[in-house]
Amino acid sequence: MMMGYSSAPIGARENSEKDVISREAQSPTATRERPQEEPATANVKMRAGDLRAFFGKAEVIKGISLPFPENKVTAIIGPSGCGKSTFIRCLNRMHEVVPGARAAGEVLLDSDDIYAMDPVRLRRRVGMVFQKPNPFPTMSIRGNVLAGLKLNGIRPDDPDGLAEKTLRQVALWDEVKDGLGRSGMSLSGGQQQRLCIARTLAMEPEVILMDEPCSALDPIATARVEELIHELQKQYTIVIVTHNMQQAARVAQYTAFFYMGELVEHDETNVIFTRPAQARTEDYITGRFG
Amino acid sequence: MNGIRSSYVYRRAVDRAVRAACVLAAIVALVPLFLVLYYVTVRGIGGLNWAFFTELPKPVGEAGGGAANAIVGSIQLVGLACLFGIPLGVLAGVFLAEFGQSFFGRMVRFAADVMAGVPSVTIGIFIYALVVLPTKQFSAYAGGLALAVIMLPTVTRTTEELLKLVPEALREAALGLGVPQWRTTLWVMLRTAAPGVATGIMLAVARVAGETAPLLFTSFNNRFWARGLNEPISSLPVQIYTYAVSPYEDWHRQAWAAALVLVSLVLFLNVAARVLVRNRVRSR
Amino acid sequence: MGRLHTDREYEAELGSLLERVLFMGARVEEQLVAALRAYSLQDFAVAEEVVDSDNQIDRLELEIDQACIQLLARRQPVASDLRFVTTTLKVVTDLERIGDLATNICERVIELEGTPTSIRPKIIIEMGESARNMLHDAMDALVAGDVRKAQEILARDREIDEKYASLFPVIAQQMCADPAVVDQLMRTLSVGKYIERIADHATNLAEMVIFMVEGRDVRHLEAAEAAPRKERLN
Repeated sequence: MMMGYSSAPIGARENSEKDVISREAQSPTATRERPQEEPATANVKMRAGDLRAFFGKAEVIKGISLPFPENKVTAIIGPSGCGKSTFIRCLNRMHEVVPGARAAGEVLLDSDDIYAMDPVRLRRRVGMVFQKPNPFPTMSIRGNVLAGLKLNGIRPDDPDGLAEKTLRQVALWDEVKDGLGRSGMSLSGGQQQRLCIARTLAMEPEVILMDEPCSALDPIATARVEELIHELQKQYTIVIVTHNMQQAARVAQYTAFFYMGELVEHDETNVIFTRPAQARTEDYITGRFG
Repeated sequence: MNGIRSSYVYRRAVDRAVRAACVLAAIVALVPLFLVLYYVTVRGIGGLNWAFFTELPKPVGEAGGGAANAIVGSIQLVGLACLFGIPLGVLAGVFLAEFGQSFFGRMVRFAADVMAGVPSVTIGIFIYALVVLPTKQFSAYAGGLALAVIMLPTVTRTTEELLKLVPEALREAALGLGVPQWRTTLWVMLRTAAPGVATGIMLAVARVAGETAPLLFTSFNNRFWARGLNEPISSLPVQIYTYAVSPYEDWHRQAWAAALVLVSLVLFLNVAARVLVRNRVRSR
Repeated sequence: MGRLHTDREYEAELGSLLERVLFMGARVEEQLVAALRAYSLQDFAVAEEVVDSDNQIDRLELEIDQACIQLLARRQPVASDLRFVTTTLKVVTDLERIGDLATNICERVIELEGTPTSIRPKIIIEMGESARNMLHDAMDALVAGDVRKAQEILARDREIDEKYASLFPVIAQQMCADPAVVDQLMRTLSVGKYIERIADHATNLAEMVIFMVEGRDVRHLEAAEAAPRKERLN
């Protein structure tokens, strides 16, 4: 004698059961209305206020407001084409370098409006690391690290000391100290990326933007860079765009989910990955996307 | 089964035939080059002696003499051409690479392409009218200017094309470091493209070093040392021309020698440029 | 936007896990019903059957635990899937305990074989029914993801606790009145204890359902605090 439960009979499972559970999670009656507040104690280093971005007439970012707490890592996740790369490029005004592109809205860095600043000065305070490692091929390793300063005509007091310091910060020093004169291109992919991070650090920025920094790297190199991010966040505020959700879960304290140019949800990473408030977030991170 | 087999045999045969044809064509293409080198060397080597390199031409009828002034003159003319032509050409190339999509940019590109096809004698006449007539004399300046105008389109287009080949990622990297736009273009993009640009420049210089027609109207010729750049100056191509059409056997011999020197100079320039650029890249 | 996982195999794995949990729940409920019947009818044959079937329940627990761990390792589930898998781990523990308790009831019944069958307090039969209903409703709530239903179960546990507490004076009095049946009465008390524990486990199941659906961990809270947020009046 089998006990049947009030829903589907055992053995003749329909899709309904699992659906029902998820449906319940999404239905209005079950949605937890957790207010999405900023952590009251953290200082906000950078803040986007109703940011919009356009390529010509097309509006790619449709009014996003997002705080970036100081000395924390904020991850931005979302499917391809949701605007995360465009958004992060607005934060250091790289977006407008593309012909026909413009941005509107407000972005504050420590209460300074970045659109009222000289973009060159802004980019020295807000550094960027790109998806594909891009060391300068005509320069040596040492040259690459100091490139930002050199190209700006800044003479550091102790160039060798600075080079060593930043290379140690990115855990590259021991690997390259005997060959600083070698071309930057002679390193492996993971090493090149760390070199690019060192190059950014030499400018002593306050915020570091990372646009999918590990997507071109193998798992071990990725792990090294993630470890580096853990270290770096003690001194810098980090914003990282990633299409790898597990990476966001590993490195970031806060996660924002973008979809089609809009901010769907922003909260502590723990919350996003255990009980997201929005159905779309839930669907995306569990892999229920169309 | 047979159908497949025979088509395989057929295809292999066709492949071999086409390959042979390509190799043959390449050889045929290279033949003139080697013939020229061979001929010039064989005919000219006899005329090379110390006097050739150090002495001025002797008066008509006298045997001996050299082409020292022609050699120096050629170097001076090419030097002037580089002085005028390279900075202008490179910057124009940079302009085209950065702003070439605008209407003005497209006009400039079109003009450069047209200029590349203008016969060099026309350019000589143009400089004659522009510079020689008003100053009422032939000069090295005029000659250098004419050569520069010939160099310009090649340098411009080469610079533009090579700049476009530099990955955008490098520009982004530099901009991301807070490097201003102009510095990024010059010190990063151009620097990366430098080896290719240098090659392009060397090609332009090599072409220009052997130009004869424009020099006929601008720098003319000088059987003595030019006392300044404001005077007519001798040059190897013009000297070769003058001697070659003359009836004197001795001058013919000297013409061959001068031709050998000219070809060697151009060869040397090419090789030197390549080597220098490669070393510079490695040492950084 | 789809409601199913893009990866069909993953979807199937999750579905299969749920099926197994429901099957285990059904088996445990069967055991409980049989145990209660064995008790009320003093049916020793049924009691033996129940005791013998317990290892099936234990095996199910092992299988489901194994499946959960593999899912966690291979799929790294997040959000609702994560909550589902981790609560399943706990749910099968509670189910297995209920199975054990049903077995314990039957063991007491077997021990009472041959003795006069006069002492079967009605209250225990009532408690048994309640506990069985709580278990049934908890499994219903699990399948349906019904938080309200789970909520109600939490309140019923109190009733059973009260009934169990009320058992003591009754039994004590009977023991004083008739010392010959102390043995039976002690065993009866044990059965009451088991049923009360079964109700506790069913309550745990209900709490797990709430966590699985809403992500709220309501264990060890007062019933009022555990009410759905929507209903709480400020």
